[in-house]
Amino acid sequence: MKILVPVKRVIDYNVKPRVKSDGSGVDLANVKMSMNPFDEIAVEEALRLKEAGKAEEVIAVSIGPAKAQETLRTALAMGADRAILVETDEAVEPLAVAKILKAIAADEEPGIVMLGKQAIDDDSNQTGQMLAALMERPQGTFASKVEIDGDGVSVTREVDGGLETVKLTLPAIVTTDLRLNEPRYASLPNIMKAKKKPLDTKTPADYGVDVAPRLTTTNVSEPPVRQAGEIVEDVDALVAKLKALGAI
Amino acid sequence: MTTLVFAEPHGDAVADATLATVTAAAALGGPVHVLTTAAGDAHAAIAGVEKVLVADDAAYANGLAENLAPLIAGLMAKDDTGYDAVLAPATTTGKNVLPRVAALLDVMQVSDIISVEGPKTFTRPIYAGNAIATVESSDPKLVITVRTTAFDKAEATGGSAGTETVSGPGDAGLSQFVKLDAVESERPELTSAGIVVSGGRALKDGETFEQYITPLADKLGAAIGASRAAVDAGYVPNDYQVGQTGKIVAPEVYIAIGISGAIQHLAGMKDSKVIVAINKDPDAPIFQVADIGLVADLFNAVPELVEKL
Ligand SMILES: Cc1cc2nc3c(=O)[nH]c(=O)nc-3n(C[C@H](O)[C@H](O)[C@H](O)COP(=O)(O)OP(=O)(O)OC[C@H]3O[C@@H](n4cnc5c(N)ncnc54)[C@H](O)[C@@H]3O)c2cc1C
Ligand SMILES: Nc1ncnc2c1ncn2[C@@H]1O[C@H](COP(=O)(O)O)[C@@H](O)[C@H]1O
Repeated sequence: MKILVPVKRVIDYNVKPRVKSDGSGVDLANVKMSMNPFDEIAVEEALRLKEAGKAEEVIAVSIGPAKAQETLRTALAMGADRAILVETDEAVEPLAVAKILKAIAADEEPGIVMLGKQAIDDDSNQTGQMLAALMERPQGTFASKVEIDGDGVSVTREVDGGLETVKLTLPAIVTTDLRLNEPRYASLPNIMKAKKKPLDTKTPADYGVDVAPRLTTTNVSEPPVRQAGEIVEDVDALVAKLKALGAI
Repeated sequence: MTTLVFAEPHGDAVADATLATVTAAAALGGPVHVLTTAAGDAHAAIAGVEKVLVADDAAYANGLAENLAPLIAGLMAKDDTGYDAVLAPATTTGKNVLPRVAALLDVMQVSDIISVEGPKTFTRPIYAGNAIATVESSDPKLVITVRTTAFDKAEATGGSAGTETVSGPGDAGLSQFVKLDAVESERPELTSAGIVVSGGRALKDGETFEQYITPLADKLGAAIGASRAAVDAGYVPNDYQVGQTGKIVAPEVYIAIGISGAIQHLAGMKDSKVIVAINKDPDAPIFQVADIGLVADLFNAVPELVEKL
């Protein structure tokens, strides 16, 4: 079985995003970019399934600018076998990403497509679910445990009320939540080796997918800033202040 | 334009998340219908709802997206009685099901809206709430998830909608519900509680968390939340996590104890009315958003606070 892992290049999670003053978006010039943290978890999980003998090949794919190669090299350095870059300078929306991934899945026939639950830039949380719909396959979203058993996969999901377990037929789409695993760091020798692993470059047109956006962002603004509060001396002052605000 | 709300499953009762979603749906201007997989009576009483659709086939009972998405997409696409928009709360159910509906309809979903600006224009937080985007959809139908803390709740009573049973393709045969390990609690629900007390990594372990946070929450009748660090370390279950990728809360009072205030945590609570922080580090970023800050060791300050409240 192959596992396909879509990885997105996003602003590093430690960087505080700055909104551009003209309202056109978030300033990404000279900002540290990294692999979306949920996608690191997805790569890790795919590698663990391979190491456990449940999968033969892990293929990383990214849709984005030429620089997304770096993100793919990171996935390769972690241990993915090969990578596909679908290069475009357009911002590609989840629906179009899902369509491209569907076309790649048709070529590669993976048993599992393992995505992150959410990209930390657009915070959409939809690509995996959309891909599952387009492929007419089941989805195990927000996974905190993934177990292949026989002809299916059992996924424990982090839901609002606790933990839910579903059993899915294969092939299946899985999206990762934070507690699924702790991703490994790539070692220096593996970073060197990754440079020689195969990385194919394609375009959305190769897959016949129109990436024209359906949503137009007309403005991006700063959220309202909270007024700086007050530091109180002790617990008595805290209680008094809470009462004064009518908070308790 | 008629709008469909996919109700949050909540036994036979109406979830607060559904009430907030009805308010967002009504802002689109047209009549609002509600689809529920439970009994329809309680939903029929929501003020402003014109009709309740009841999908009581067992295939829909456990919230499986593979079964629900074709049902909803089918209701949307009907020529005569179809819908122009479907909304669901941005709960784990809504986030699981609606993108699948959107893809079936070849529509880009608008996730997690915080306001309705026009018939096809919405605002939504991006980058963990560090930016607010105004987006306009060019799709023929709208598929929307709603950040429920941003909308007032519709009145749960006063309405008298008619109910109608609907059916769809049923079990898609792709997935099976196995079990739900529910976290039972007598406490108010985290996302709708008036007061939330949250603990972070500083609470050391599950026992210490319980020993220090629970008495304060009990005293205040509060829900309990946590940072990711506290959840990852196993002090509390996953559904306590507040933040960008956990639950979004906006209570009257949010008390953060031993939480540093990483942007991912702030994303889930900075719309709270009053924020209180107790942290021993005066430079902790949480103090930049707190209305009331106390620089102190929580292991002294919290018991004293419980005593003096
Ligand atoms: C993709 C991604 C998603 C994330 N999503 C979330 C999310 O949804 N929610 C979330 O919370 N985090 C999230 N995080 C994690 C986030 O970045 C922080 O790591 C996390 O919030 C830190 O938790 P904390 O404040 O409890 O721990 P720490 O940052 O370790 O802070 C502990 C604080 O306790 C204080 N302290 C220690 N001892 C005492 C004492 N005795 N008395 C008083 N104060 C004390 C310290 O001064 C410190 O400020 C996410 C991270 C990533 C990468
Ligand atoms: N441009 C992209 N390239 C590769 N993977 C992507 C891309 N966009 C989204 N994804 C995948 O879809 C997941 C969810 O993204 P989103 O729906 O945008 O929140 C991410 O964690 C990735 O696994």
